[in-house]
Amino acid sequence: MPRSARPAVVPLQLRFVAHARSGDKGDTANVGLIALEPGLYPLLVREVTRARVARHFRGMVSGVERFELPNLHALNFLLHGALDGGGTLSLKTDAQGKVYSTALLRMEIPVPAALARRLRRSAG
Amino acid sequence: MTRVAKGKVVRVAAGQGFWGDWLEAPVHQVQDGPIDYLMLDYLAEVTMSIMQKQKSRDPAMGYARDFPPLMERILPDVVARGIRVTSNAGGVNPRGCAEAVLAATRRLGLRGKVTVGLVTGDDILDRLDDLIARGHELRDMDTGRPLADIRDKVLSANAYIGMSPIVDALAGGANVVVTGRVTDTGLTLGPLVHEFGWSPDDWDRIAAGTVAGHIIECGAQASGGNLLRDWRSVRGLANPGFPIVEARADGTFVVTKHKGSGGVVSIPSVSEQLVYEMGDPHAYITPDGVADFTSIQLERAGRDRVRVSGIQGGARTPMLKVSIAWFYGYKAVGTLVYAWPDAYDKARAADRILRERLAALGLGFDQILTEYVGAGATHGRLAGPPDPEAPEVQLRVGVRARERAPVERFTREIAPLVLTGPPSVTGFAGGRPAVEEIVAYWPALIDRREIEPHVRVELLTA
Repeated sequence: MPRSARPAVVPLQLRFVAHARSGDKGDTANVGLIALEPGLYPLLVREVTRARVARHFRGMVSGVERFELPNLHALNFLLHGALDGGGTLSLKTDAQGKVYSTALLRMEIPVPAALARRLRRSAG
Repeated sequence: MTRVAKGKVVRVAAGQGFWGDWLEAPVHQVQDGPIDYLMLDYLAEVTMSIMQKQKSRDPAMGYARDFPPLMERILPDVVARGIRVTSNAGGVNPRGCAEAVLAATRRLGLRGKVTVGLVTGDDILDRLDDLIARGHELRDMDTGRPLADIRDKVLSANAYIGMSPIVDALAGGANVVVTGRVTDTGLTLGPLVHEFGWSPDDWDRIAAGTVAGHIIECGAQASGGNLLRDWRSVRGLANPGFPIVEARADGTFVVTKHKGSGGVVSIPSVSEQLVYEMGDPHAYITPDGVADFTSIQLERAGRDRVRVSGIQGGARTPMLKVSIAWFYGYKAVGTLVYAWPDAYDKARAADRILRERLAALGLGFDQILTEYVGAGATHGRLAGPPDPEAPEVQLRVGVRARERAPVERFTREIAPLVLTGPPSVTGFAGGRPAVEEIVAYWPALIDRREIEPHVRVELLTA
């Protein structure tokens, strides 16, 4: 494909692509990341890799695991060592990882420009 | 197997998602529409240890104290409408809890109309030394340490037990089932197994009832509460409809809520709850079986109705999880609020001064953690650089230690910063922070054959 014909790609925050909820098990936070539309799920699978999420949270977690749930158009991330000991030991405001979900939604992924425009618009 | 009428639907309604949830919810569930079962989940990982602490001060305590007065409120309707209640409100004293319900029954003049099914046998605190002596190491699932390392600090120890004693209690005629550490999901699965006569090794049905339980065990978190997707569009949260499962014998079910209630039941609301506290989605392990969350199919079935189907499961594991609470030490959190201009810089300067003073006092802490609320307390560096124009930033300093004395001393070092530190500071009217005891959680596994023979069901009447 000639360079000019390649669709432009722009960075887009995950908040425009997915919604999320998080919880805890001990010192591990989980973030379930759910595509806003079923058609966006392959984009999540391709772009929200384990390595990228680990880089996003570097210094905040000790390890990341990723699981795929195509039936729910969702990915589940386990963020190990994320909660400063977790449970009652943790001194953190978010000791139970309740809002780690939104911290993941800050992450940017490369998205075709036209799609990014549409997703930004539909977010209002 | 019992014959089940074709098309039979069993409605299980969630009334509480944790100890401290909205007190009006179970009343609405009972009064505002048809339900068959009311499921009240009170127990989280740390709840058992709080209850154990209360029981050590007063042997009559140790259960969810909200439960008996709630039952006193709703029992007349529960009895009149033939609703049955399942609850793990019993905590570490299910017998005391059951007796309090029976006392309420007598006060209401409902003698003979209420049978309480009391489930015991999950509490292994008195058996720990025997179990350890017989080779059960009860290693911490996260750290691998054997329980012997902290045996003298253990406050409570309970095995997670499954749905079968609930099924037995219902079969015996109980209309209120009170348990200790029965799993959250077992409170929903039990009624479905009882009603549909599912075999305990019909793994797909067991998984289906487990997923149904998971969806409603956190109350309104499945029906519009704490829903991130389009959160502004969620209406009526002043009176949120808690979720209800309408289950069928084939293991399919619809998640819904009472007509006229607030909130929303939608594919997004159910999906967010499904991923909550999720580990490996292929293996959601409970004492009753293993559910595969990648098999769950969701489909819109009308306004505030989501149909759930396709659920597959696997055989139960030979081990049960044990929830052990142990005394770790002490902690305290102190806060002060710094105002514009340069709120964050002032808060940081205060933190430096505080830490210098703590060091000069020679206080030993396991940890000192400083957060700046309003400047990245929850998202850390992902929140970006602090805004110098922020109207205020809260300095929040937490300390943790094995001994009480250093933590106690720390609580006296917050207020002095007001007159001896950076300016524009407020928000200290609450006085000294409280010293809190830390009860830590120790998850372990045990052979289910050590637990199941001890599980008992008693049927009690007023």
